[in-house]
Amino acid sequence: MSQVIHHEDHYDAEGSKIGMWLFIFTELLLFGGLFLIYSVYRYRNQDAFHLAAEELDRTIGTINTVILLISSMTIAMSTTALQKGQKKITLLLMVTTVVLGIVFLVNKYFEWGLKFEHGIFPGSEHMKTTMSQGEILFFGLYFVMTGLHALHIIIGLILILVAYVRITNGTVHANRPSLLENAGLYWHLVDLIWIFLFPLFYLIH
Amino acid sequence: MQLSSQRSYEGSYLEHQGKYKGLLGWITSTDHKRIALLYMFSMMVLFIVGALLGLGMKLELIAPGKTVMEAQTYNAFFTVHGVIMIFMIVIPGLPAVFGNFLLPIMIGAKDVAFPKLNLISWYVYILGAILVISSVLFGDGTPDTGWTFYAPYSFKTGANMLPAIFGAFVLGFSSVLTGLNFIVTIHRLRAPGMTWGKMPLFPWTLYGTGWIQLLATPIVGITLILVALERIFGIGVFDPALGGDPILYQHLFWIYSHPAVYIMILPAMGAISEIIPTFSQKHVFGYKAIVASTLAIAFVGYFVWGHHMFTAGMSNTSQYAFSILTFLVAIPSAIKVFNWISTMYKGSINVQTPFYWAVSFIFVFMIGGLSGLVLGALTANVYLHDTAFVVAHFHFIVFGGTGYAFFAALHYWFPKMFGRMYDAKWANTGWLLFFIGFLTLYGPMFYLGMMGMPRRYYDYLEQFHSANILSTLGSWVMVFGLVIIIVNLFRAAKYGQPAPVNPWNGKTWEWTVPSPPPVENFDKIPEYKEKEGPYEY
Repeated sequence: MSQVIHHEDHYDAEGSKIGMWLFIFTELLLFGGLFLIYSVYRYRNQDAFHLAAEELDRTIGTINTVILLISSMTIAMSTTALQKGQKKITLLLMVTTVVLGIVFLVNKYFEWGLKFEHGIFPGSEHMKTTMSQGEILFFGLYFVMTGLHALHIIIGLILILVAYVRITNGTVHANRPSLLENAGLYWHLVDLIWIFLFPLFYLIH
Repeated sequence: MQLSSQRSYEGSYLEHQGKYKGLLGWITSTDHKRIALLYMFSMMVLFIVGALLGLGMKLELIAPGKTVMEAQTYNAFFTVHGVIMIFMIVIPGLPAVFGNFLLPIMIGAKDVAFPKLNLISWYVYILGAILVISSVLFGDGTPDTGWTFYAPYSFKTGANMLPAIFGAFVLGFSSVLTGLNFIVTIHRLRAPGMTWGKMPLFPWTLYGTGWIQLLATPIVGITLILVALERIFGIGVFDPALGGDPILYQHLFWIYSHPAVYIMILPAMGAISEIIPTFSQKHVFGYKAIVASTLAIAFVGYFVWGHHMFTAGMSNTSQYAFSILTFLVAIPSAIKVFNWISTMYKGSINVQTPFYWAVSFIFVFMIGGLSGLVLGALTANVYLHDTAFVVAHFHFIVFGGTGYAFFAALHYWFPKMFGRMYDAKWANTGWLLFFIGFLTLYGPMFYLGMMGMPRRYYDYLEQFHSANILSTLGSWVMVFGLVIIIVNLFRAAKYGQPAPVNPWNGKTWEWTVPSPPPVENFDKIPEYKEKEGPYEY
């Protein structure tokens, strides 16, 4: 039996966008659980959280925030450029986004490294002997939440790179921009989560 | 394949030859019907494992003291039984098998919105299953925490917990992807003329379920990740020694796992709402009430998680609130029961195997639901918490509810799925034995719980002996019935009489396509005219 079935190329831009929004919603809830835990423990250990937050480097935090905001702008611009059919500019803006994302990760790497040098990492003896329980919780949450966020940055970068390849080989173009649009949405989500993480860990007193 | 059925099989999804042959053709196919069967067979294997573990537990409990296994083995048995049955069978069960197979056909679509994602979901499911099973096969010590992975024991125990925890997380991911797929499918791919008010009830319940999957699962996802990180790095979030709060774990766990009960039961209710009108040959009574109660259950179900924790330590105010909300969620369920009974009233009832399953579903579901109210009442809860009563209630709802509805759906849609009829006599015998065995197995547990027998022990006091013997005997009868059912269906799939297009005179669209359906479901996408709709008898 070799009946040829023509699955006519089903393309539903609206549908894939709804799908992406729903997925983003689940990601927000994933972090929502962490925000919930953070607020419970912050409420219970206000002084300790304040003390521990002093350890974090606000300068690096601010720089990283600016980097992510700019990268959100470049990816949004690349989507517009694709819709206008300017392939070269699209690709250039995407590369800029990826570079900014990597710079963010490098900064994060040095920031974490410095903490490790000071004996601040989950399960460290130094923390157990010198810190209160509230401070240990603060750093536990700090590493989990920024770590999970960094993981999302990496996923976002991979998505953008996939979109890059698909644009160069022509399967994503002005009339079928869904993949880039969705990668962009995801990147905005990553940015948005950082916008909440930054004040919660670095700024609040 | 038999010669006699060559005609009906031609061009069907079962016969269609894609790029690959045989098994490879199945595991690379993005056809929603094939994916449904992939789920069905993987679940069947896992279900048999889970059922055997349950049988082992009941055998251990046939006499006080050690009978066939050590205490630690018993702990491993109920943990793995729970993880398999909950995360791999009843949560994905009806949506993944019947939802996948029927949702597109019932709403007049050629496939789900994202067929590739659909296949990926199955692979993710299998990955999760392999992870959980590997925690049993490798490493030292089978997980022994119970399926709830309560902190702090879940990161203190020496057992091999990590693969099981990650497995549960991965299974949740698969569930989210399926839910997402269904929601988009229902929004985007309904056939012309099928307005929301004309959508059959099974897709409606899948829609409600999809939203619960989407909104609740991420919370348990992050909670499980935290337990895993707690085990690996000792971050302190749930560790009282480091300032963490284990009760917070329970809250986060049940914020998902209670709505998960509605993930299990809503599609079950949907399947029953399809079967009863068909076998009563009558328009479903109170279509709008069923839809509204579906959404109400999905909504209120979010706010009742605290009733799992009445004895864990929470303020009186939250206890009252959770208790009242728990009572409230019983109302929409009762509305549905009322609707089903009223649908049968003055209908011309056609007593067939699916109808037996559906009616017995209503029976056991009501026992389960009413005993749930007993547990939702604060004073009774303190007395009954962690006794066999809870186990009985839970199995009446989850196994009695979802399990019965699954078998009802299986016997209802089997002719459509495989294009063959099963032997009704054997199917009814299997059902009867299963039903009797089920009541004998779980019924005595209500009594045992009231008398104070705790759950999750391999041992018990002498005074509980006779009721436990009865319960164990029931487990044998039930499994015997189960074997008859499965063998009968396997025989039917191979040797059964070819099924007509519409063996039960159903009115939804799956009964307008050939049995088994062709690859693309419809030659021409169906359409509802202004006055038409489902259930018009």
